[in-house]
Parts: sequence; C-alpha cells; structure tokens
Amino acid sequence: MKRYLIPLALFLVLAGFLAVGLQRDPRLVPSPLIGKPVPVFSAPRLDQPQTVVTPAELRGQVWVLNVWASWCVPCRIEHPLWVDFAKTQKVALVGLNYKDKRDDALAWLQRYGDPYRLSLADNGGQIGIDWGVYGVPETFIVDREGVIRHKHIGPVTPEAMRDDILPMLRKLGA
Amino acid sequence: MGSLRSLAAGLAAVLLSTLLVLHTLALAQTALPLAEDPVLEERVKRISNDLRCLVCQNETIAVSSADLAVDLRRQVREQLRAGRSDDEIRAYMVARYGEFVLYRPPFKPTTVLLWLGPFALLLGGGALLYYLLRQRAAARPPLPEAERDRARALLKDGSP
Amino acid sequence: MIPEIGHFAMVLALVVVVLGQSVLPLAGVWRGQQAWVAMARPAAVLHFALLAFAYGCLTAAFINNDFSVLLAAQHSNSALPLMYRITAVWGNHEGSILLWALILAGWTVAVALRSRQLPDAMVARILGVMGLLSCGFLLFTLLTSNPFERMLPAAADGQDLNPLLQDPGMIFHPPLLYMGYVGFSVTFAFAVSALMSGRLDATWARWSRPWTTVAWCFLTLGIALGSAWAYYELGWGGWWFWDPVENASFLPWLAGTALIHSLAVTEKRGGFKMWTALLAIITFSLSLLGTFLVRSGVLSSVHAFATDPTRGVFILGFLCVVIGGSLLLFAWRGPKVGLGGAFEPVSREGMLLANNVLLLVATAAVLLGTLYPLVLDTLNLGKISVGAAYFEAVFVPLMAPALFLMGVGPMSRWKRAELPELAVRLRWAAAVSCIAALCATVAMNLISPTERGLSPLVGFGLLMAAWITCTTALTLYSRVQGWPLSQWMPRLRQQTSSWYGMLLAHFGMAVLIVGVTLVRGYESEVAVRMAVGDVAQSGGYTFKLARLSPIDGPNYTAMRADFVVTKGERLIETLHPEKRVYTVSRMPMTEVSIDRGVTRDIYVALGEPLDGGAAWAVRLYYKPFVNWIWAGCVLMALGGFLAVADRRYRLRRTESAALPGGLPAAANPGA
Repeated sequence: MKRYLIPLALFLVLAGFLAVGLQRDPRLVPSPLIGKPVPVFSAPRLDQPQTVVTPAELRGQVWVLNVWASWCVPCRIEHPLWVDFAKTQKVALVGLNYKDKRDDALAWLQRYGDPYRLSLADNGGQIGIDWGVYGVPETFIVDREGVIRHKHIGPVTPEAMRDDILPMLRKLGA
Repeated sequence: MGSLRSLAAGLAAVLLSTLLVLHTLALAQTALPLAEDPVLEERVKRISNDLRCLVCQNETIAVSSADLAVDLRRQVREQLRAGRSDDEIRAYMVARYGEFVLYRPPFKPTTVLLWLGPFALLLGGGALLYYLLRQRAAARPPLPEAERDRARALLKDGSP
Repeated sequence: MIPEIGHFAMVLALVVVVLGQSVLPLAGVWRGQQAWVAMARPAAVLHFALLAFAYGCLTAAFINNDFSVLLAAQHSNSALPLMYRITAVWGNHEGSILLWALILAGWTVAVALRSRQLPDAMVARILGVMGLLSCGFLLFTLLTSNPFERMLPAAADGQDLNPLLQDPGMIFHPPLLYMGYVGFSVTFAFAVSALMSGRLDATWARWSRPWTTVAWCFLTLGIALGSAWAYYELGWGGWWFWDPVENASFLPWLAGTALIHSLAVTEKRGGFKMWTALLAIITFSLSLLGTFLVRSGVLSSVHAFATDPTRGVFILGFLCVVIGGSLLLFAWRGPKVGLGGAFEPVSREGMLLANNVLLLVATAAVLLGTLYPLVLDTLNLGKISVGAAYFEAVFVPLMAPALFLMGVGPMSRWKRAELPELAVRLRWAAAVSCIAALCATVAMNLISPTERGLSPLVGFGLLMAAWITCTTALTLYSRVQGWPLSQWMPRLRQQTSSWYGMLLAHFGMAVLIVGVTLVRGYESEVAVRMAVGDVAQSGGYTFKLARLSPIDGPNYTAMRADFVVTKGERLIETLHPEKRVYTVSRMPMTEVSIDRGVTRDIYVALGEPLDGGAAWAVRLYYKPFVNWIWAGCVLMALGGFLAVADRRYRLRRTESAALPGGLPAAANPGA
C-alpha cells in the first residue's frame, strides 16, 4: 500500500528544504538594484558642502561606493581594509557618509584614515533609501556604464574582499 | 459616631476629587494630534502596516522605532501628499528593497502555490475523502438476504 | 561545585534513560524478559529526580548570582528581582532546553505512575519511546547547549535579562507552552507503541485521549498567555502577529484540536484508527518542528534565540530520526491494521472527519505561509515576506465552515444522521443566530464611540459566534427535551462531564470569536502630542496628562506619566504608563497602563519625548471586548479539563476488560 508512504515522502521533502535553509541567512535582503543603473542623486561633498556631485561625473570608470557613518561600530572594523584597498587598488573608492554630522564624520576620517577618492554626504538618508541601504556599512560596485553590479551587506571581511569584491572588479576590467 | 465621621470623610473625598477633575478639565488644553493631518496619517498607517522593517525585520514600519522605519514612514507621507497612489508607493519601496519589504506577498508565478495552495488542498482533501469513503462502502460486502430478514425481525419484536 | 554536580546529574539521567527506561525495557518486550520490562517505571522516576536536581542546581546558580556560570553572566544580574532571576533560567536557549527535558521527564513519570491499569508491555513500550525522545534532548543539551558551562574568570556582574522578559507573563508563558508541546509526546508515544505492537484499537484511543486533551489545554493557555502578554508588553495593542514563532506554537494547536476530535471517533466507534495514529505523529512532529524553527536560525523572528548552526543541524537530525522513523513505522504497519466501524457521510463521524480535513488544511496553510519564504530562498527564486495579510486572507475563510460544523456536529447521531431531521432541529438555532447577530451588529454600531459603517465582516463573525452559542444551547436542551421540568435537573446531572466539557469548550470558542470580531471592528487608536495639562479624546473617553515624574526602579530609571481618564463628568481611572530605560542593557521599554474591563480596555502608551522632554508622543487606545479573546481561551481550556475529569477515565482496567473487544463501557449513550 504505497499511499502509506506519502507522509514520510512529504516529510523528507520538508527536511530537505530545512537542511538547505540552515545554510542561508534569513536576514540577508538581496538588492533589487543589481543590474540596474545607479539611482540618480546629487550629493554634496563632505569636504566642500557647496559642491554637488552626480553619478554622471563618475561615468566611464568602475567605482566602489562604501556607505558608512561615524556612529557605526562595524564600519570601524572594516575600515582598515578600505585604507589598504586605497593604497593597493587603482579603483576609485567613493565614500557616502550616511545620516551623520559633518564634523563627526571629518573627525572620524582624520582619526582612522581617509581612503576615499571622493567623500559624499547623505545627512538626510534620502540617497541611502534610493540605493536600498538598510544598515551600515554597505558596499556597492558600479561598472563603467553606471550599472550596479554587486552589493555587499555588512562589514567587508578579508574573505569577502578576496573572494567577491576583488574578483568582481577584475572581471569589470578595473 | 465613627461611621458618621467616615461617611463625612468619604463624601469629602468624592467631592474633592470631582472638583479636582473639573478644575483640571477647566484649565485643560486640547492636545494636538501627533500628525499634522490625521486623515493622511490613517493612510500612512494603512500602507505602513503592510511594509516590513528591514532593520528589525519582524515589525512593520508602522510600529518600528528604527531610524530607517521613521525615514520610510516620512517617505510614505510625503509621497501621499504628492498625490501618489498606494500601489505607486509600494512599487517605490519594492524598487529599492525588493519584494522582501511587502508583508502581503504579490501574486505572481512563484507565489501561485502560496496563494492557491490552501484552497487546492481543501478541494483535494475533500475529493480524496469522498473517494475513500465510497471505496470503503463498496468494499464492505452487503448483508445476505437471510440475515437481513432476521435483523428486521429482531428489530421488530426484540426476540431472536 | 554545584554547577558541576548539576552537570553530572544530567549525564547520569541520560544513562538512566538510555539503559533503564528505553533500551532494556524495549528489548525486554521483544525478548519476553519481564525483569527488564519492569525497569521502565522506576527508571522513569529516577530520570525525573536526577533532572529535577540538575535543574535545581542551575536555578541555584542564578538565584545566588553565581556569575562564573556563563548562562547567569549572560542573562541575569545582581539587581534583577528574585522572581526574574528564577525565570531567567528559561529565558535563554540552554536553560529552556533543559526545562523541555525536565517537563518531558515529568510527563514520563506521570504516565509511569498513572498507568497501573495498562499491561506492562504496553507501558514499557510507551516509556521506552518517551525515553528515546528524552535521550535525544539530553544529548542535544550535553553536546551543543550545556547550561552549566563555566566562565573563568567569573564576570563581575551579569548582562541582565532582556527587559521584555522582566514581566509576570514570563513566569507562566514558557512553562505552560512547554507543558503543551511536550504533552503531545505522550499521545505520540502511545501511537508509536500501538503501531509497534500492531494493536491499534478503541482501548488505545481511550487511554490516549485524556493525555492529549490535557496537553491541548496547556497549549491553549500557553498561547493565550503569550498573546495577552504581547498585548500589554509591546505597547501597540496588537495581540497576534503571525510571527513565525507564534505560528510554530499555533501549528501543533490546530493539529492537536483535530487530534482530540479524531480520538473521539476512534474511542467511540473504533473508526479513523490509522488516521488518528498519523495525526498523533503529526501533532508531536509539529511541536518538534516548532522547536527547530525557533532555535536553528532558519527563520528570522522576534522570539528566536541566539542561533548556532550546529544546533540547527543536530535538531534537524533529531527530527529526521523521530519523525522519519515514526512515519516509516506508520507506512509499514498501515496496511495491516483493519478499518473501523462503518458510517455514512452524513453522521457525526462524517462531521468530525470534515472538521479534521478543515483543521488540517488550515494547519497546512499556516505551515505553507511560514515556510514559503524559506522554500523560495533555497530554490533561489528570491526573498519574499509572508505576513498577516496572507494569513488572514487564507485562514479565516478556511475556519468559517469548521465553525459552522461546530454547531451541527454535536447534534448529529453517530453512524448515520438524517439531513432533513438535522435541518428541522437546527432551524430555530439558525433563525435565532441570524437575528441575534443582526441586532448585535446594529447595536454595536449605535453605541460604539468609533465611527464605523455596518461591516459585513463584523456581522459574519457575530453570526458564527451566535450560531455556536445557539446550537450549544440547543444541544443542552435536547437532553431534557420532552421530559417534565421536575426531571430536568436529574437528567442534566446524568450527563457526563466530558459532554459538558465539549459544550463549554465550544462556547469558549464563540466567546473568543466575539472578542476578535468586535475588537477588530471597533477599536480606535489616537496618537497625540501631550504636554502636562493637555487633554485628548479617544473612544469616547477624555484623557488628561496630569503629571510627569521621573522614578527609579530596582534595575531601571523611568519617566512616569499620570493620566486622568474621564467619561463626561465621571472619573473612570488614573493610568500610569512609563517609559523605562534599563540600567545594564540601556534598552528603552514602554510600560503601558491599561484599565481593563469586561466590555472594553482603555490603554495608554508613552511613545517618545518631544521638544526635549517638554511634551511626549502618546498613544491612546480604546479596545472593546478585547478581554473576551483570552476569556474564550480560558473557557476552552476549562472545557478540556472538565472533559478529562470524566468518570470513565477513572474506571479500573478490570471493568473495561470484561467487555468484548475491549470497547469502553459507555456511561451515557449520548455523550
């Protein structure tokens, strides 16, 4: 009587899903912006607030956007990796200071090092919303045509740098 | 004597508290609603109740105290003021955060099983039940005629 | 020293369970060795004593502020009031798993001691199966979640219990829930041992039933308490969120409800045997699944404990062994067990079968909604969220027919009921329900202070509640119908307590539906900015913020607001909500203040300070009939306890064995 095996079969299917699910992180929210053009923004520069930068100025090169804040503890943990990155990589690293105070941000960079080719400020958080930022730090890789190709959520680890970010940059011809 | 005194004390207390209440009410100032536009706020609340807070992840942005939730509620409010529709606002959120942000899953090919599953199960379960019961009824051999007569007789006059 | 002794006691308990409660007795049944079989009962008692001792050692560490015990250092604090130091033991993963194991041992002892009438071989099998479950939990605890782990050097002080858990609800909610979850393991063990022996009959159902009902009662109370707690603790007036962990507790409840109804048929008529056994396995499996979901990190939830992938793997393995094994046994034994008594589709059996189908589909729907995001993610089809909107859209339509059947079922005869006859008996109930629901809806609309139109949903909810109430009353009346008034009391006294229990539980459901319907239909929330002296209106009441005062608690500082609530000229109550900041964790907490009433709750919560503290954001809620929700749950549980108190469960074995086929002596044919 094969039908008595149905409950067992159903359970095994369920167990299979749960087993795979154990390897996933339910809290990770993938970005819908991957493969889409960079959201339009006009952000003031952190050092010269009167100057405003738009994505058009970054067109034609591969660049990395790192969203950070002086009040963010994990940002401090990942920061040395970016300082190293700036020393060893030619790719433009753009910092977006998120929901922060200018003085605090500048002091923080002074203290821990400033790896950013360009530092922008998003005091209100609107640019962050357009990029789908929901926690700092977050890092985006943008290609020459201005299309977002990768998002890293949370602090960048040496493994992530080695296995995800650098290979992606190489692939994009940075 | 003691009961009269306690009665008087009781009356005094009631009188005093009533006067106090009336007095304070007389000096009262009507509190302003937290929101500038309560009607708009109702719509904000309704939409926010269906959006998931990405920071805490287990609350709606309507009740979450996370910074992002406050920012997103403000976004919803501004967009409603600008005349956008509920659907447009939801599309705005989905464009930035993905479908994860919707607590009501959209109806699309990958969620057909989710939305129709329970009702399919109900129909399927009901059909299976019907089929099984019919099968059981058919599997049982009917009572032979002699036995049937005997049963009838028994039931009629109660003696074997 | 004490934690090490406790740890050792746990290891001893594991040895006792494996050898004395499981392996030897089960082998003894197989080999016919009576001496081995007889070990089961004493081993169970010893197992419980050792675990209780171990649990006591852990509690002692918390009470004595022994911060060299890692768990105490993480979840307790010297400033924590004594009561919460005790409950903090289960306010974390390791301690709560030990509690699970302890409660499982407790149920095992209960079965060991209250089963004198059962054949020794049967008891040995049951205790053996429960012992295997205990073994799994103890292994899990010892290998991945040791509560006695030391921290050297000892911490100066603890990190304090999560402020959300520093509440009287914490004293009862987890223990009651676990009593329910774990209690279903008894029915599971009964089913598995019956499948093992090949004897699945009405006697098995008769013995299983009270254990199942008691477990179900505890689970009902546990869930109700959790809901009531969320209502006043979280500060937003909500009481059910379809959070994954809430669903995890609801799933065994739904299946358990189906199970107690299915057991009724198997006990009375010997029917549904294989189905009931399967359901017993499913219900406990859902309990275990809930444990997995909460502790493995597979779903994100406010309830989830701190997660560790190794734990998830272990529990999943345990699930596969227990559930896979029992379903395999079911598949093997299934074809060999015969069918039960025959019945027509329209009969009490038929109604109960329909009830089972509806409840099981509802269970499947909740399970589907809870796990769907996980399934899509594992298939790389994206990440979605399934929230209240889905569950309400799907659950309510599924439950409606079940609620309708609640009225028809008790009135139907076993084996065959005549549809026309039923319709005739029920027509008065139907008419009265419709009229009552209509009047109630209109009345609520007129007297309610909130502006709402006539809502069809409210009308439908009230109709269901009225229908259940009227048919319950009708069922009651049917027992005395046709008898002279003088005979009514004797007739009613003759009815069994299990019959009354059913009526009470069904009525409790009606009360719950009234609460849910009316609070959803007529509640109001007003969010205002208030400075001292300001007045606001909500739900027909006037609220005045009389005073704001900073206060100090044992382990927190707070701002306390005094609200004077009046209706017209009459003083109703003064309410004192607080906004607390707990010293150690720096977590802000809203302590709401509620004026509870039979027909409404008035609920005030402090939001955030505005303008540097000159004013506060305040939320004023009016919640009509909200307490009927939990009152309904309590009535359902009372009904269950009443049903278990039935005389027939106290009959001796000799009486029932005297009857052919082991069928129970029916004290009252109508029960």
